[in-house]
Amino acid sequence: MTSIAKPPVKHPTARTNGLGLTLRDYEGAMSTLCAGCGHDSVTAALVQAAWELELEPHRVGKMSGIGCSSKTTAYFMKQSHGFNSVHGRMPSVTSGAAAANRGLTYIGISGDGDSLSIGMGQLSHAIRRNVNMLYVIENNGVYGLTKGQFSASADVGSTSKKGEANEQQPIDPVLLALTLGCSFVARSFSGDKRQLVPILKAAIAHKGLALVDVISPCVSFNDHEGSTKSYAYTREREVEAVHADFIPLKREITVPETGEQVRVVELHDGGRVRLRATAPDYDPTDRESAYAHVRACQKRGEIATGLLFVDENGRDMHDYLKTVPTPLIDLPYEELCPGRAALDKLMERYR
Amino acid sequence: MSGINDFAFKMGTVNGTGSASANALLMQAIFRMGIPVTGKNIFPSNIQGLPTWYEIRVSKDGWTARPSAVDLVVALNPATYAKDVKAVRTGGYLVYDSTWPMDPDLVREGITILGIPFGQMMVEHFEGDRDRTLLRNITYAGSLAALLAIDTTVIERMLSEKFGKKPKLLDANHKAFALGYDYAKAHFACPLPFHLEAMDRTGDSILIDGNTACALGALYAGATVGAWYPITPATALMEQFKAFCEKYRVDKATGQHKYAILQAEDELAAAGITIGAGWAGARAFTNTSGPGISLMQEFIGLAYYTDIPAVFFDIQRCGPATGMPTRTQQADLLSLAYASHGDTKHIVIFPSDPRECFEMAVQAFDLAERFQTPVFVASDLDIGMNDWMVKRFDWDDTYRPDRGKVLDAKALEQVQRFSRYLDVDGDGIAARTLPGVGGKGAYFVRGSGHDKHGQYTEDSDAYQELVDRLKRKIDGSAEHLPAPVVSHQPGAEVGLVTIGSCEAAVHEAAELLRREGIHTDYMRIRAFPFSEEVRRFLGRHEHTFIIEQNRDAQLRSLLAIELGVPRDQMTPILDYGGMPLQAQTVVQAVKTHLAEVPA
Ligand SMILES: Cc1ncc(C[n+]2csc(CCOP(=O)(O)OP(=O)(O)O)c2C)c(N)n1
Ligand code: SF4
Ligand SMILES: [Mg+2]
Repeated sequence: MTSIAKPPVKHPTARTNGLGLTLRDYEGAMSTLCAGCGHDSVTAALVQAAWELELEPHRVGKMSGIGCSSKTTAYFMKQSHGFNSVHGRMPSVTSGAAAANRGLTYIGISGDGDSLSIGMGQLSHAIRRNVNMLYVIENNGVYGLTKGQFSASADVGSTSKKGEANEQQPIDPVLLALTLGCSFVARSFSGDKRQLVPILKAAIAHKGLALVDVISPCVSFNDHEGSTKSYAYTREREVEAVHADFIPLKREITVPETGEQVRVVELHDGGRVRLRATAPDYDPTDRESAYAHVRACQKRGEIATGLLFVDENGRDMHDYLKTVPTPLIDLPYEELCPGRAALDKLMERYR
Repeated sequence: MSGINDFAFKMGTVNGTGSASANALLMQAIFRMGIPVTGKNIFPSNIQGLPTWYEIRVSKDGWTARPSAVDLVVALNPATYAKDVKAVRTGGYLVYDSTWPMDPDLVREGITILGIPFGQMMVEHFEGDRDRTLLRNITYAGSLAALLAIDTTVIERMLSEKFGKKPKLLDANHKAFALGYDYAKAHFACPLPFHLEAMDRTGDSILIDGNTACALGALYAGATVGAWYPITPATALMEQFKAFCEKYRVDKATGQHKYAILQAEDELAAAGITIGAGWAGARAFTNTSGPGISLMQEFIGLAYYTDIPAVFFDIQRCGPATGMPTRTQQADLLSLAYASHGDTKHIVIFPSDPRECFEMAVQAFDLAERFQTPVFVASDLDIGMNDWMVKRFDWDDTYRPDRGKVLDAKALEQVQRFSRYLDVDGDGIAARTLPGVGGKGAYFVRGSGHDKHGQYTEDSDAYQELVDRLKRKIDGSAEHLPAPVVSHQPGAEVGLVTIGSCEAAVHEAAELLRREGIHTDYMRIRAFPFSEEVRRFLGRHEHTFIIEQNRDAQLRSLLAIELGVPRDQMTPILDYGGMPLQAQTVVQAVKTHLAEVPA
C-alpha cells in the first residue's frame, strides 16, 4: 500500500495562525491505519497543537520507530523532515539529531511495543539524557502492526483475540518516567482532544524530554472487556468503526469527595475505562505526590490523566554536554579544525 | 639477527603493578636516542594480577613488526617463568629477581641468566608496599639501561619532564633507577654484546598509537558528534577525541563545547546517535569493536538503505563472542563488508599504522558524506593500542570537508520538485537536504520500502530500482577509495597480498625472502570494494599468497566473491592466535608452500 497524498484544496475560509498557515498546512499524507484507530486521533491532536503553537513546519523533525503508531509521523506536517527509523530505536536517533542540530523541535512518536519492550532501554536513557523532545507513546496494549500480540503494557487479565489471558504485570510508562526522573510526564486519551491538545502544546514547549502516554485504542486487535487501553471490538461492529472518525466518547462526570474528576469512557461492548483527570488543585511539580497519585488511581482501577509532573528548571542534554548555543551543524569548519600549526606543535608531544 | 641497534627484549610482569610506565620510558628513551623502535603490549583482559608482557624491538633498519626472536627477557612474574625462559633465543639473556632462591623453572642451558635482587633493594631503600611495587619497575629499567647502554642523560631528562613538579617523586625515581643501573654495572659485563648506540633515524617520526591517531583525524575532519559504548580495544579512541576537543574545541570565553560526545547505553544506541546526527548534517562517528559491530547490524542496514552518512571505527579484536578482548585480529572483514541483513555492501578502509589511521579517518568522513553511506575504518588492537614509530602527521590547511551533494535553501529554489533518491547524475548518489531547510526540501526517511521519491512502496520495480542504485553507488566508489600499495621486484613470480597491520611483517618477510632468492611482488589492499588495480595485480600473478589475521581467509573470500579470482590461485597464510604478525611466520609459510608446490 502506498501512502496517499491528500488533494491540496484550500478552504477559502480556513482560519490561519500567526504564520498565515491553516490547519491543513500541518497535515500530512493520508493515513493508512484502520479506520477508527486511536492513533489517527493523536495525529489530529498533534496537527492542532502544532498549528496553535505556530510551529514553523520546516523547523520540526518528526521521529519514530516501527509500529502502526510510528507510521503516523507520515500523516502530519508534510513540510517537516521525518525519520521513521528502526523498531525501538527512535530515542537514539533523536538524541543524535538533537545533538547535531539543537535548533529544531523534535516530535517523537512511538508505541507501547516500540517503547516498553524492544526500546525500553532507549526510552530510559533518552529520559536520563533529557533530550529536548516531545515523546509520545501511543499506547494500545498490543502490538498492532504484527497483529495483536500482548505488549508490555497489557493489563493482567487482558485476553488476546485468540482468548489467551495475559498474566504478566503491565509496565506503566508514566510510573517508569516518574521513577527515571523524567522532567515532564503526562497522560491522556486519544479521543479526548480537549485534554490532549493542551498537553501536547505544553510538552512541545517544555525544555527537556516530555513524555506523553496516550491511551490509543487499537480497534483491530484488542477487543476484551475490562481493558484499560482499548475498545472491545467485534466483527459485527466493524462497519460502524469504519465510519467513525474516532470511537465516540461518552462522558460521565462524577464528583467524588476528593474533588477530582473521573470520566468514564463507555466502550462499544459496554466495558468502561475510568480516566481520572487531575483536580484543579493538583500540584504537578512534586514528583513524589505525582507518583502516589498515579498509584492511588491504579488501585481504584482508574487511570490518572492530565499533566502529572513537570520540572521546568531541569537541565537538558545540551546543558549536560555544555554545547554552544549555535547548532553544531552551523559551526564553520574553520572553528572546528585546529589547523597545521597546532598539529606541528602537537606532534612534539609524541616524541 | 641481534647486534648493535638490532635486537629485541621483553618484560614479563603482573598487570596492575605499574610496569607500563617503566616500559614506555625505556621505549621512548631509545626513540630519543634516534634509534627506530617499536613496542608491543601483550596484556590481559583484567585490571590487576594477571600476566602481562611488553616487547620492545630495536631495529636500525626500521623494521617495526613484532620481533620473531627475543634476545633478553626480564622475568618478574613467577607465574610465567617457564614460558618466559622458553621465549629467550639460544645464546640470549634472562634477568630475574634474585632476592629469592632461583626457581627451578628458570633453569635453562644455552642462555645467560642474570640475577638482580630487585625485591631486596626495594625493601632496603623504600617504604611501603605501594612504593616498593611501583619503583621496582624503574629499577629494572635502570638495570636495562646499563645492560643495553641506554643514554642515562635522556632518561634523566624524561624523568624530570614527568616528575619535575613533584620533587619527592622525582628523587625516588632517580634513586630507583640508579639502584638498578649501578647493580648491573657492578656485577655484569655491561653493555651486553647487543646494545644501543645513538643514531639519527627518528627525527621526522613520532611514537603514537592508532586510536589517538584516529581521534586526531576525526578532530581535523571536523567531526562534531561522537557516540560510543566503552569496549576494548576501541575505548581510547573516544577518550582521546574528548581530550583533543577539550584542548581545541572549547570556547575560551564561555567554556562552551563545539562538540558533543555521548556515552550511550549500548552500541545500538551509539549507532543510532551517529546516524541521527549524520542525517541532521553533522559529521558523526562511533568507535567500537567486534561485539559492538554485531549489535549495530540493523542500524548499519538502515543507514545504507536510506543513504545516511556515518563513520564507524572498528578496532578489531580476537574472536567471536567476547573472545580475547586484548588480543588482535582481522576477523571482521566479512561482517563489515556485508553488514546487516538484506542485500548490502559497504565501504571499508584499512589503515596499516597510526599515520594511516589519521589520514584515513579524515578520508572516512569525506567518503561517508560524498557517498551518503556508512564507512568503516577497520583498524585493529595492534594498531590501535600499541605505540608505533611513524612519520609525523602533516596537515594541509587548504583542506575543506567534502560534504557531498547537499541542497541548501538557495539550491532548492532552483529545483522544481525535490526527490530524495533521484539519481540525476547517474553515479547513484542523489542529492540530500538537511532537516531545517525550507519546506520544499522536506523528505521522509523510512527504513521500509521506498521509491526514488522517498515515498513508501511495496512495488517490485520501485524496490529494485532503488537497491540497484545503491549497488551502482557503492561499486562506483571503488576508484575513489584509498588505492592499494603495490611494489614489484624484478623477476618476481609470486605475489604477496595483505591488509592492515600485517604490512610491517609482510614487508620484512619480503626482504628476508629476497635475501634467500625468492622474489615477490607486493600488494596491500587498503579499501573495499576493490578497485581495478587490485584485480589487475591478481590477474598478473598466477600465484599469490593472501596474508591475513583470521582463521577463515576472509580477505581471500572477498577477493574470490567480488573479483571471481579462483581460490586455488590464492594461498592463504593465516595467523589468528591474537598476537601481532611476525615476519618469520610469513617467511616459513611461503617457503613451505613453494617447496611443496613449485611456483
Ligand atoms: C527488530 C524488529 N523486530 C520485530 C519487528 C516487528 N514489529 C514491527 S511493529 C512491532 C510491534 C509494534 O508495536 P507497538 O510499538 O505497540 O505499535 P502499534 O503497532 O501497536 O502502534 C513489531 C514487533 C521489527 N519491525 N523489528
Ligand atoms: S492494527 Fe490497531 S494500532 Fe494498527 S492501525 Fe489498526 S487499529 Fe491502529
Ligand atoms: Mg501498541
